[in-house]
Amino acid sequence: MALTPAEVAAVVARDIPDGSYVNLGIGQPTQVADHLQAGSGVVLHTENGMLNMGPSAAPDAVDPDLTNAGKVPVTELPGASYFHHADSFAMMRGGHLDVCVMGAFQVSVTGDLANWHTGAPDAIPAVGGAMDLAIGARHVFVMMTLFDKMGRPKLVPECTYPLTGVGCVSRVYTDVAVIDVGPDGARLRETFGTSPRELHEQLGVPLIMPG
Amino acid sequence: MSRTAIFENADEAVSDVEDGSAVLVGGFGLAGMPFALIDALIRQGAKELTVISNNAGNGEVGVAALLNAGRVRKMVCSFPRQSDSYVFDQLYREGKVELEVVPQGNLAERLRAAGAGLGAFYCPTAVGTPLAEGKESRVIEGRTYLLEYPIRGDYALVSAHRADHMGNLVFRKTARNFGPVMATAATTTIVQVDDVVPTGGLDPEAVVTPGIYVDRVVRVPARISSMQEDR
Repeated sequence: MALTPAEVAAVVARDIPDGSYVNLGIGQPTQVADHLQAGSGVVLHTENGMLNMGPSAAPDAVDPDLTNAGKVPVTELPGASYFHHADSFAMMRGGHLDVCVMGAFQVSVTGDLANWHTGAPDAIPAVGGAMDLAIGARHVFVMMTLFDKMGRPKLVPECTYPLTGVGCVSRVYTDVAVIDVGPDGARLRETFGTSPRELHEQLGVPLIMPG
Repeated sequence: MSRTAIFENADEAVSDVEDGSAVLVGGFGLAGMPFALIDALIRQGAKELTVISNNAGNGEVGVAALLNAGRVRKMVCSFPRQSDSYVFDQLYREGKVELEVVPQGNLAERLRAAGAGLGAFYCPTAVGTPLAEGKESRVIEGRTYLLEYPIRGDYALVSAHRADHMGNLVFRKTARNFGPVMATAATTTIVQVDDVVPTGGLDPEAVVTPGIYVDRVVRVPARISSMQEDR
């Protein structure tokens, strides 16, 4: 069986080393937080200026001055800290974040990322912090379905959508496979509900097989 | 006598903003948005403004209200498109407002550079992307960087939690966001606060923005409650 988004989030969480400083992107990557083990010491960064962010706020405990990057009301954990935007992005750009997890429209086998703009002429471009995260975090993980709604692979030889960053993604977590990407190309790590051979045929991109 | 002026109401604090000004507006979504100052600016009537802010407004309040009043010629922001940015979306599609999209960290650092007196800086963000077009690049120790220029404001409109009479500021939680950098980057920085305390009433170790960056302070006691109503 292919994995559900929650199950993909659990696989990502499993691979985040204890004690890491982590930024989780808006949308599905947020779910990774639900699967981090208690006592893992993982500290969540939110780019609007906070470390050691806690879970979403209960409806009766909403503080409009305390939100995450998706503008969702959140909470603070003991040991939290606040800082302004230039500091928040300096710690990102400066390589102090261990991991960020983002969604994507496309990832290339060499780790190029396209996740901010479809390139459609009537689309209003909005980049937010995606380009800063892409080049800043030490490990950039992408969480996405491996195929789009039309069945086309989102892991591609070269991105056709406008790029967010060049050679910045290190690993792609999908519903059917986990794949490392980088200068040596794409390397299959594991598959879910399909065989490596089947997946290779379906993808049609060069893929270094496991083992 | 402090150089920072304490104003009784927001209208007086924004009375001299001229048409065509570049206005830095703090806030990330609604957190830290200086609602009272923006409402006063709408009443004041300055138009043809260039607004530099992270978002292009939410709902019909704050920056969205300024856009809705037809006062904005150009938005410089990182993330205009949101679920509730319909005011901006329509103006943009009708060609009534220009848009410059800047990566969020570049927006913050370009503001910081303006306040810190830098001519420009080399930054690795956006290399190889459409947002790198037309920018000078340079390879430093094997890595490519783009030359990024400062963003200055004629005015900064910022929301903080508390000020003293010297303009020293403390913020609350993630409402801090762009406030401290914007305060450094404008010719005139205007701050709305929940509370003004006497000089000496803030712990110097806890001051986030020193008063040297703050020109005008207005006390707006109902900031949080009015924000909740607006939601």
